[in-house]
Amino acid sequence: MSRKPETLHYASTHEWVDIDVVDGQQIATIGISAFAVEQLNDLVYMDLPEVGRKLSAGDEFGEVESVKAVSPMYSPVGGEVIKVHAELPDSLDSLNDDPYEFGWIIQLKMEGDLPDSLLDHDAYQKQCAEAG
Amino acid sequence: MSYLFHTDDDRREMLASIGAGSVQEIIDLQVPDAVQLKRPLRLPDSTDELNLTRELNQVAARNASTATHVCFLGGGAYDHFIPAAVDEIASRGEYYTSYTPYQAEVSQGNLQVMFEYETLVTQLTGLGVSNASLYDGGSAATEAVLMALSIQRQRRKVITSDVVHPQYREILEVYLHNIDAELVVVASDADGSSSTLVEAIDENTACVLIQSPNFVGRVESVSQIADAAKASGALTIQCFDPISLGRLKRPGDMGVDIAVAEGQCLGNPLAYGGPYLGIMACRDELVRRLPGRIAGQTTDRRGKRCWVLTLQTREQHIRRDKATSNICSNQTLLALRASVYLSLLGPHGLRETTDHCVAKTAYAKSVFANAHRFEVVHDTPSIKEFVVRDLGEAVPSLLATAEENGMLAGIDLTPMTQQASSGSSPSLLPSQYQNCFLVAVTEQRTRSEIDQLASVLQSAPQLASVMTDTSL
Amino acid sequence: MRNQQATQLLFELDRPGRRAHQLDAPDVPMPSIDALFDVDDISQAPPPLPQLAEGDVVRHFVGLSTLNMSVDTHFYPLGSCTMKYNPKRNERIASMPGFASVHPMQASSSVQGLLKCLHELQGMLAEISGLPGVSLQPAAGAHGELTALFVAAAYFQSRGENRRVVLTADSAHGTNPASAQMAGFETQTVKSNADGLVDLADLEAKLGDDTAVFMLTNPNTLGLFDRQIERINQLVHDAGALIYLDGANMNAILGITRPGDFGADLMHYNPHKTFSGPHGGGGPGAGPICVRDFLAPFLPGPIVDLDEESETFELLTPEQSIGRVRSFFGNVGVLLRAYIYIRTYGGDGLRRVSEDAVLGANYLLSKVRHILDVPHGDRCMHEFVASATRLKKQSGVSAMDLAKRILDYGFHAPTVYFPLVVDEAVMVEPTETESKQTLDAFAEALFRITDEAGDLVHDAPHSTRISRPDDVTAARKPILKWSEAEPSSSSDS
Repeated sequence: MSRKPETLHYASTHEWVDIDVVDGQQIATIGISAFAVEQLNDLVYMDLPEVGRKLSAGDEFGEVESVKAVSPMYSPVGGEVIKVHAELPDSLDSLNDDPYEFGWIIQLKMEGDLPDSLLDHDAYQKQCAEAG
Repeated sequence: MSYLFHTDDDRREMLASIGAGSVQEIIDLQVPDAVQLKRPLRLPDSTDELNLTRELNQVAARNASTATHVCFLGGGAYDHFIPAAVDEIASRGEYYTSYTPYQAEVSQGNLQVMFEYETLVTQLTGLGVSNASLYDGGSAATEAVLMALSIQRQRRKVITSDVVHPQYREILEVYLHNIDAELVVVASDADGSSSTLVEAIDENTACVLIQSPNFVGRVESVSQIADAAKASGALTIQCFDPISLGRLKRPGDMGVDIAVAEGQCLGNPLAYGGPYLGIMACRDELVRRLPGRIAGQTTDRRGKRCWVLTLQTREQHIRRDKATSNICSNQTLLALRASVYLSLLGPHGLRETTDHCVAKTAYAKSVFANAHRFEVVHDTPSIKEFVVRDLGEAVPSLLATAEENGMLAGIDLTPMTQQASSGSSPSLLPSQYQNCFLVAVTEQRTRSEIDQLASVLQSAPQLASVMTDTSL
Repeated sequence: MRNQQATQLLFELDRPGRRAHQLDAPDVPMPSIDALFDVDDISQAPPPLPQLAEGDVVRHFVGLSTLNMSVDTHFYPLGSCTMKYNPKRNERIASMPGFASVHPMQASSSVQGLLKCLHELQGMLAEISGLPGVSLQPAAGAHGELTALFVAAAYFQSRGENRRVVLTADSAHGTNPASAQMAGFETQTVKSNADGLVDLADLEAKLGDDTAVFMLTNPNTLGLFDRQIERINQLVHDAGALIYLDGANMNAILGITRPGDFGADLMHYNPHKTFSGPHGGGGPGAGPICVRDFLAPFLPGPIVDLDEESETFELLTPEQSIGRVRSFFGNVGVLLRAYIYIRTYGGDGLRRVSEDAVLGANYLLSKVRHILDVPHGDRCMHEFVASATRLKKQSGVSAMDLAKRILDYGFHAPTVYFPLVVDEAVMVEPTETESKQTLDAFAEALFRITDEAGDLVHDAPHSTRISRPDDVTAARKPILKWSEAEPSSSSDS
């Protein structure tokens, strides 16, 4: 399976979310966009939440650091953390190459609906182009 | 004038280049007239080097010091010997007139010193990681507590003991006053055990702050406290005495999570209280919450080993209101002195220094124990400090007599048993230390100085039969 | 030519059996440690410190010192840090045993000479700031900020006012919001306007009955005195809030204007900057604070007080004091140097210091603005902030490249990438203790760098022992102490 950026939802704060349905339950996989990874430049550290933490849409779930900047990561959707990508902090290099597949950060058992504020790929690309 | 450079010609040329008629004109463009000071500052007239040196030499001579008096004062600052090489190295302008190593290429000296200092502190404490220093022992203890609270977000209680340095607890109280945290000061057990403290630890306890040797010179059962804390998920912070580690177990070997200390004893002058050196080390896993600067090793673009400031995202200049602390300086010059000091002592020199303290303190205790007027309050062993009770209940006049005779004999503990400086708080020390004074005996003290102290105190009327039996 | 003993680590010079500092046997009986102490409390071996000869130690640390740039050896125009000359008389006088070898727990009666100096210093700082309440306790500027905020919190609590918000400027030092947070406040940021001054509309919008303190740096970090200061003063005080002045830039205004006269209620000094330090490789500093009379009862103790009747100096803690923020009195060694410095110059002299600092900065600005853009005008106070944005677009040379290349010309770099409100910021503070010739040479070097080939600049510095350390690996895989397992290759070629 390979996740295609075109099919994902994006928060204006540069997180992506992919929704799967497993046994009738919506599972949200969350990461940060290629644009964000590029902007942050040379990531050095990532702080991840513990499994079981409950998040509302828009809550900070962790931080990613470059040498001289810290960026909080916000959950695009609400739910309970059921999985964290524990190997990721030790292979931040790979995040540059593969932000959408290997670069997944957390999985949530989703609660509530997909917020209206999320952008589709085109709208997100447009936002990035304006910022860049 | 003094350290200024510009000649009148320089000034004219500089103003011409700026395109301004005068400096005042430049100031007037920015500083509103209404807020300008229209009179000279009311300060003493300027003084030349010769006269200022002469005058301040006389002013300095009005102070008693370790140069004029034999010092038995401790309480967190100690008259340990400072080898000549420490002063010689620290007085190099390349060290003391440089600043924070923002440009690593031209700061490798300071950066390597910081890295070596951090390594020496980890060797000293047995803990995994050290920062490049904080202001002093007291604020380091407080920073350690704040660090523990930030790690233990769900726990708000801070437990400490009434024989942790009273001033350190005063600082802690100020810092915790405005934030969501509860400070619990547990009464120390008369038998020197830690059972009351251990019982106070609960599931809401973020950390336990202890001092060992504590303010009254007793060695605490650190391992036992750390085990209890760990069992209930709390962190243990030990305030330690670096000089004691020639003999005592290291904090890291006793299960301590964060160790802090006053580093004045490591080659830094007494200087009436500062600048001093706040030492702080912690377990490896906690490094992301460690406050203060940290130097780390890396390589340069040609692969050469070098040193840089690292993990800076913890700090205020990047994380601003979410930083681990607001601290932005570190006491590099004092950390340098501590590093030189520890390098000169090495493991054997440190052990000799500890042993001298232990031996001379034991001797001094025996002298006081044999004096009728005095009682050595605790019979537990000391590294370099102990409490003496004056049965004559006249500690202030006793200390004054000693001072007249060239001795700084000890710290009067009575005021600390009465009230805290901030008014409403309870007393800083247990009432059992009324009419007591704290005596510190470093490796610098000699048998004859200790005997002299005894004889000076003996010279007071009530001490007629003090030294009849001095057998040890 | 480089001495290898400097670049090897102490731990690599370690040779078991070597000794430096040794003590003869004590002149009292040596008790048995095992018998005296509980076996659980003592360790069999002392800590594994390196074993060295005194000659090892001295050559090592003296060698290391030569790898630093310093004010004694180089022009050090590090903006915001006031790297002025550190007078040698300060060092000698502060090292006199009557000052340096005084124990902090000595009775006040035995340190009257020292207390007299500190008492006079309190008065001097009050006069220079126009704020009468002084505490010398805080150990550094950031510590002074925090202490002043504790004082402000205690003041509002005493009045039963619940003010929870501290406003900081977006151009402020990061210590401002960090201190506010530690003092239990929430922080909000006030924007700068196009002139680099406080955006009054934004300030007005954010001021409210929950605002406790507005933290202002004036002159600000762009080196500009905020000429709207009277309006700021009115707005903040009308809202019932206090103005805190970050005194980092006092070197620009000594005897010219006083914080207390332009509206500040509380402030800290950085004596290691303004009053000639030294900076000690990053510290020690000191951070004395001054406050208005109605805030003085909350100051931390101890404060030196003169008993007029007995003409003796005593230590007092105010009735409603917040408590203490540091052990003992404070950073007395640093404070004494400030005292000696102020005595050296006197009142007129201090004004000359600031005038020359302003002259030097404006002179250098008049040269640099032909080389780099200076977004906030052609006049400044004691420092200015240029931008390398245009240069970066034209030739790919960033502020960082400039900073690295200027080292090759024998100058310390300016502060770069601060303040955050200027893109590719290059912040230059020459101070009053540099000659016109030095400033000319620095401007000339900057000019030459802008003309140099990209690679030469990108790979700079070339004349230092190391160049462009790898910060990313340092942060990703931190090595924070020496250990035997780490590779020890350190040879210089």
